Amino acid sequence: MSAIRVSGVTQRFGARTIFRDVSFEVRDGEVFTILGGSGCGKSTMLNQLVGLLAPTTGTIEVLGHTITGKAGAEGRHAMQREVGVMFQSGALFGSMTLLENVMLPLEIFTDLPPDGRAAVARMKLGLVGLGHATALMPAEISGGMAKRAGIARAMALDPPLLFLDEPSAGLDPITSAELDRLILGLRDDLGTTFVVVTHELASILAIADRCVMLDRNAFPDAGGMIAQGDPRRLRDESTHPMVRAFFRREIPE
Amino acid sequence: MAVDLSGLVYCDLSGASLLLSMEAAHGAALPILGAVPHVTALLARARASVTPAGPRAATRSASPNLVRAVGDAIAYLGEVVCAVLFLPARRRMLRWPDLLRFADQAGVRAIPLIILLGYLMGLILAFQSAVPMRRFGADLYVANLVAISLLRELGPLLAAVILAGRTGSAFAAEIGSMKVNQEVDALVTMSIDPVTMLVLPRLMAAILVMPALALILDVAGLLGMTTVMTGFGYPLITIARQVQAAATPLDLFGGLFKGMCFGSAVAVISCFAGLNTGVGPRAVGQAATAAVVGGIVATIFLDGLFSILFYRLGL
Ligand SMILES: Nc1ncnc2c1ncn2[C@@H]1O[C@H](COP(=O)(O)OP(=O)(O)OP(=O)(O)O)[C@@H](O)[C@H]1O
Ligand SMILES: [Mg+2]
Repeated sequence: MSAIRVSGVTQRFGARTIFRDVSFEVRDGEVFTILGGSGCGKSTMLNQLVGLLAPTTGTIEVLGHTITGKAGAEGRHAMQREVGVMFQSGALFGSMTLLENVMLPLEIFTDLPPDGRAAVARMKLGLVGLGHATALMPAEISGGMAKRAGIARAMALDPPLLFLDEPSAGLDPITSAELDRLILGLRDDLGTTFVVVTHELASILAIADRCVMLDRNAFPDAGGMIAQGDPRRLRDESTHPMVRAFFRREIPE
Repeated sequence: MAVDLSGLVYCDLSGASLLLSMEAAHGAALPILGAVPHVTALLARARASVTPAGPRAATRSASPNLVRAVGDAIAYLGEVVCAVLFLPARRRMLRWPDLLRFADQAGVRAIPLIILLGYLMGLILAFQSAVPMRRFGADLYVANLVAISLLRELGPLLAAVILAGRTGSAFAAEIGSMKVNQEVDALVTMSIDPVTMLVLPRLMAAILVMPALALILDVAGLLGMTTVMTGFGYPLITIARQVQAAATPLDLFGGLFKGMCFGSAVAVISCFAGLNTGVGPRAVGQAATAAVVGGIVATIFLDGLFSILFYRLGL
């Protein structure tokens, strides 16, 4: 079974083609990473996968719901009930404390009593190492903390599919390694599927089961997909100059 | 033509780019003579970094397409109606503390301003109309005139203008900064309806506070008028009788109902402006401006419609 199926997806903004004809599959229960240089369209891809942006062409299926095309609206609503998303900026609700941020989905979609909600939210914040900061407002925390709180909020309802946009950017190596361990732990214990956007080479090699790599100059006039598969094999075997540049820092002259 | 750099001992990146732009103006690569090695390397690096500018992506805010704007507005109105209809199923998305906060922000905190402006308005109206009316010996009827115009027109209108300026802009800026910060996107991906969670409490607060604000403004205006009239030597009881004879409860309640409609228009429009905030730092300010302008225009437009309606109904 595949959690996500992307076929022939193209995104254009005005005259610019951000990427063309991207196709890949994410299998159930794997950690899948979207790689690529800054500005190659990773966040754009993620926005399409979570139903915030309709691709110019192509079809996307997430957890069995088709979210593109004419009947896409229904699929998007059904899919959004089953996924968690962490945005690149964290996107925490500025008028609520971290605890209230994580409690919001619990309040709306579960019948837990208030102290039960608070206990679950505290535990989720503790998992990302923010157990001490539950009473702070988003304006009072650092960028790395906002990301981790965003992950805790995305995990609030224990969704089977989690999307994380650059979870480890801006984190110190220790916190970043702890986050990697959390992701692998959730994959192994709960069978959670992850789609992670990242540039951190160490993190990719540690967590990714498979990956897709986007590049701004995949085509002469457009960006696109240049490789996919097991990142360790790509590192060792790929002959594509940009893939080699990414994994081995061999910059083509 | 050639460039002779033999006297040049040091050149930085800006210097290199000046040399390159000279070359570009000339139209072809120029032979460089006598450059020291570090300058040659620097020029090569600067040359390699020159890439043709990509086409500018057309963003949504770049082309304000009228047809699409109207379509968006209609779709948004539909969403508001849906949010109201589906409210029983989504009642948990409406947070009551939010409603109280907005009612406080839009209503309670506006009261001093409402009293001040209402009082001054009554004062000015009474004084200005007393001068010509006195020539006909009709200055007693200033009380009638001010009472009618305040209760029927100016009370709700002025309250709505104050709501648009004070609260409409705040609604648009709050929702706009949530939009810029992707908080609205986060709501959508959490399958929380942004209209139910963000627009409905603001709309309900505006509907709730507007009759109260209009009533307070009416009372303050009548007090201002009374101040002028007592100055002219009329006893309070005469003024009160005059007001009572002129204004019916229908005038009052018609005015308060109008105020409610103006308030909902201001809230709906300012939330729309907020949800339509574009990208970039200027967008939030533009949304707030659009909210105030849109709110005031809609209020006056609605007021015109009400005038026709009330006239037809003989009210
Ligand atoms: N709404 C939009 N309108 C026009 N262009 C856009 C829009 N959103 C993104 N882009 C363009 O799409 C490209 C990809 O943006 P995106 O945010 O997906 O990059 P990214 O791969 O996530 O980069 P980073 O690693 O820096 O986060 C950028 O060049 C950007 O200019
Ligand atoms: Mg990004």
